[in-house]
Amino acid sequence: MLAFTKRELYICGALLLFLLVAPFVFVNFKLQLAFMLILIILAMTWNIQGGEMGYNSFGNIMFFGVGMYLCASMQIGLYFPLAEWTESGGEKTFVHEPDQYFKGLALGLAFAAMIPPIIAGLIGYGILGLRGHYFAICTLGIGIASGELAGGIELIGAGQGMTAPPFPKGLGDLETRGEFLYFLCLILLVATFTFIRWLYTTRFRLVLNAIRDNEDKAEAMGIETMRYKITGWMISAFFCGLAGGLVGTMVGYIEPVEVAFDGREMGVFMVLMTILGGKGTLWGPIIGASAFHIFKESFWTLFLGWQYVALGVLIIVIVIYFPEGLMGYLREKKPEWFGEVIDEKDRKAQISLD
Amino acid sequence: MDFLVFQVPALTAQAILDGILLGILFALIAYGMALQWGVMNIINIAQGELVIMGGYIAYFMYMSGIHPAWGIFVSPIIMFFVGVFIYKLVINKVVDRDMFISILATFGISILMMQLMNFGFGSDVVVAQSDFGTTMLFNNSVTLPNSKIFSAVVSIVCAVLLTIYMKKSKLGRAIRATAQNARAAKILGVDTEKVYASTFGINAALCGVAGALVAITFTLHPYVGLPYTVRSFMIVIVAGLGNLPGVAMSGMGLGVFEEFADYLLGTEFRIATVFFLLVLILVYRRFKLAKTREYLK
Amino acid sequence: MKNLYRSILTFISVLALVFSFGTANAKVEGDTIVLGAAVSLTGKYSTNGEHTKNGYNLAVDRINSMGGVKVGGKSYKFKIIYYDDESNSKRAAQLAERLIKQDGVKYMLGPYSSGLTKAIAPVTEENKIPMVEANGASRSLFTKGYKYLFAVLSPANQYLEVAIDLAVEKNGGKPVRIAQAFEQDAFSQDVRLGVLDAAKRTGSKIIIDDKLPKELNDMAATLAKVKAVKPDVLVVSGHSKGALTAIRQISEMKVDVPMLAMTHCDASKLAKQHGAKSEFALCASQWHKTLTYKDKFFGDGIKYDKDFTKAYGYAPPYQAAESSAALLVFKDAFERANSFDTKKVRDALAKTKMQTFYGNIKFGSGGQNTAKPMVLFQVMCKSGKCENVVVAPTKWAAAELIHPIPPWSKR
Repeated sequence: MLAFTKRELYICGALLLFLLVAPFVFVNFKLQLAFMLILIILAMTWNIQGGEMGYNSFGNIMFFGVGMYLCASMQIGLYFPLAEWTESGGEKTFVHEPDQYFKGLALGLAFAAMIPPIIAGLIGYGILGLRGHYFAICTLGIGIASGELAGGIELIGAGQGMTAPPFPKGLGDLETRGEFLYFLCLILLVATFTFIRWLYTTRFRLVLNAIRDNEDKAEAMGIETMRYKITGWMISAFFCGLAGGLVGTMVGYIEPVEVAFDGREMGVFMVLMTILGGKGTLWGPIIGASAFHIFKESFWTLFLGWQYVALGVLIIVIVIYFPEGLMGYLREKKPEWFGEVIDEKDRKAQISLD
Repeated sequence: MDFLVFQVPALTAQAILDGILLGILFALIAYGMALQWGVMNIINIAQGELVIMGGYIAYFMYMSGIHPAWGIFVSPIIMFFVGVFIYKLVINKVVDRDMFISILATFGISILMMQLMNFGFGSDVVVAQSDFGTTMLFNNSVTLPNSKIFSAVVSIVCAVLLTIYMKKSKLGRAIRATAQNARAAKILGVDTEKVYASTFGINAALCGVAGALVAITFTLHPYVGLPYTVRSFMIVIVAGLGNLPGVAMSGMGLGVFEEFADYLLGTEFRIATVFFLLVLILVYRRFKLAKTREYLK
Repeated sequence: MKNLYRSILTFISVLALVFSFGTANAKVEGDTIVLGAAVSLTGKYSTNGEHTKNGYNLAVDRINSMGGVKVGGKSYKFKIIYYDDESNSKRAAQLAERLIKQDGVKYMLGPYSSGLTKAIAPVTEENKIPMVEANGASRSLFTKGYKYLFAVLSPANQYLEVAIDLAVEKNGGKPVRIAQAFEQDAFSQDVRLGVLDAAKRTGSKIIIDDKLPKELNDMAATLAKVKAVKPDVLVVSGHSKGALTAIRQISEMKVDVPMLAMTHCDASKLAKQHGAKSEFALCASQWHKTLTYKDKFFGDGIKYDKDFTKAYGYAPPYQAAESSAALLVFKDAFERANSFDTKKVRDALAKTKMQTFYGNIKFGSGGQNTAKPMVLFQVMCKSGKCENVVVAPTKWAAAELIHPIPPWSKR
């Protein structure tokens, strides 16, 4: 199932090696790199819906946010009263012991991984029956509604937001926290990549593609499309939830509409990154997310207020001129790179037709 | 749950009237969206930003000493050209493409416009004073700002005028023909490019009118366009395309629903409720259609 | 296949190259002390982000032109690296990380709003970077045990407590009935907690307690309820948009309340934009130009007001004044520490005890300013010209509080 070609093995090995040493070489960029890994995970999981299945979801951000809140709440609630922690006027200062911190985090991440797929499974039947832009709008509604809802729940801090437990003091030096979180993200990325890569070699992907190309025909051929759609969404939810849990720990402050259910930024960014890299490919989202993040981090701050102008223009240019993304562009220009054999005679015949 | 709203009759009346007046204004914006959605098959995320921009035009008239209500004549004219400009620049490249492309492209326009407005018009939250006064009903227990009534009346007049225009004028007929079948219209000599440009322009002009009304009823800030986009979405989805009375009705219904959600569930859940309603309506319609093995198109 | 992978490899090496750029600068370059700040230049807080930035800039110019900061017998100048946090707390936290790690900033200034400060504080604390912030008033910032966070302003819960006390006093010492509407964000919710405390203390009853969503621009439902239940005090807080929306709808719906207490009146230029409609609104403020504090850089409040107006073309709201004060605190701390060591600067900051044009500054154990009371001003109009006049505390009161507010039928 995981038949790597030799060359692919080299690439993946080199990448992994790079990512393993990166936090020690680029010490100051650790958390930014960790964020890039998260963005890659989000783009890859979005691609399961948007790219492979043709269901453009703006709602994956919900799983991300739910994961984030669950992880932090569990980590706190395991040892301290959650309501007192989130209460802003609380005079008490709670501190996690290292032991408590890690046990809590492990449990929190477990919940962040398990609950979002359950939600996806529960709402999937209703929502995945919508198609095209109705699905997109419906999921947009879900993303925003969940953020507003979280902003009304007192227990998790409501509009105040909540603080994730700080990394225990006295454990290693200043860099320990960054390294710890970076490697958690890396482990998650490797797991996501391996799983999705395996998934794309199975019949599952073919079914998803069949749904994308013509859902009615797929159904007519006896495929129970709904089951596949829901499963696909649950897979995305699993990894999105975990990514959310990690981001909550990384950012340290969880706010309902800006950090957790950030549909306006993260929700759109994951779509954009996937399109930039190339929908419906394994490597497209990875390239798109890295390129986007690097571009953003390198030039964003230089614009100082103009960055949204730049982003707006970027989005327009990408969707109008590169709807197939970088991978699609490459594929068109250099088909032989993708192992596609081109019949010269055929190509000439086509040209002479014009 | 707080049932105060049902215990005080004046409050019930207030909620219903507020909701209706609010809904009519949103319905005007939704009408523009339904028009271009039906004709060009694109979803315009930048709708709210067009509204806010129209509002700023009225605000600047107010700042230069003209009564902002005159904005309902000036800002649609300016916004029409803004709309045509946006069409020529971006929209004409996404008209025939997948609708998702149009969502993303107009999202790009939306953040671009927000930012340019922030630079051009300043970052202050601003209001334009109409000084229209207030209407008191039922022994002063229900108060309706005249500016809201004015907004509702103008919205209705606008919608009616536009409906007549669409029925009678040459361009209106061309637009309707294009909406029915763009290819056939093209073959029969309709300049669809021009139709599209003017449709988008008319949509922007409607947003301009709505914007001038928003300037005198609410507040303006470069970043507050999103609620207008979202509500016009909902109204259109509930009403369906090409159904003007439906748009008006669902606009008012939504307005009233929102007010009651506010009273009953608490203000903090007002927006969440609206979005859940959107999801519920879509899912309900999907299940209804699924019985006949169809789906929402 | 081969070429595809080669191109991916190239891509990765480019990636590596990009990341190797941008080595950390020193915190003190030559004769400049570099401070870092993420402020909201875009997004929903852009109004107040601008005030914050202008306040910082004015103080930097003033300190630099008056001899700079003297450390170890040498004179240094301030310089601020600004980033735009887009009014987004996640972005703010990332930018703080970036300022500290990549730009090598060792001293931070705060962003605008409590929410963003709450996002940045864990980062500065983690890296042991002293931050003097001027716009994060939420009380929860000061109960987390942060050691490197210093706020020149009074905590948010104190904003409107005084107003409730005043209302009780005017009511003959009897408890009052309070209606309140607060935006769903860290700052406003903390003001709410303060009001709740005050209500408990005075035995007052909260009869309406609404939380307004951030995107909301319509308070008609809340106000209709207020009209129906007729409270003694109406409290509203929701940054600039909330203040403007509230006054607009209160005046249009002719809501009569004996006392209307708000925040952000000066930041939203309420008196100017709404004129006589905003009259009698009681506003909590960290600072007012008529207060009698003095320092040698800005003189007093009146002079600051004049200088600021000259430089930026509008009268300074308290958000600008407190931002300027943050720089004065930093300067003082550097000079007392006589060192650039972050630990020493932090200790010096903790021992701060000074007077600025903005008020006395002395930090409590949580980092909040304990030496400065809040002031309340009321919008008062005379022949069409509206002004903010201080009414409490009595020490600075320029006029008597007008209470109750005359009903709309008599205005």
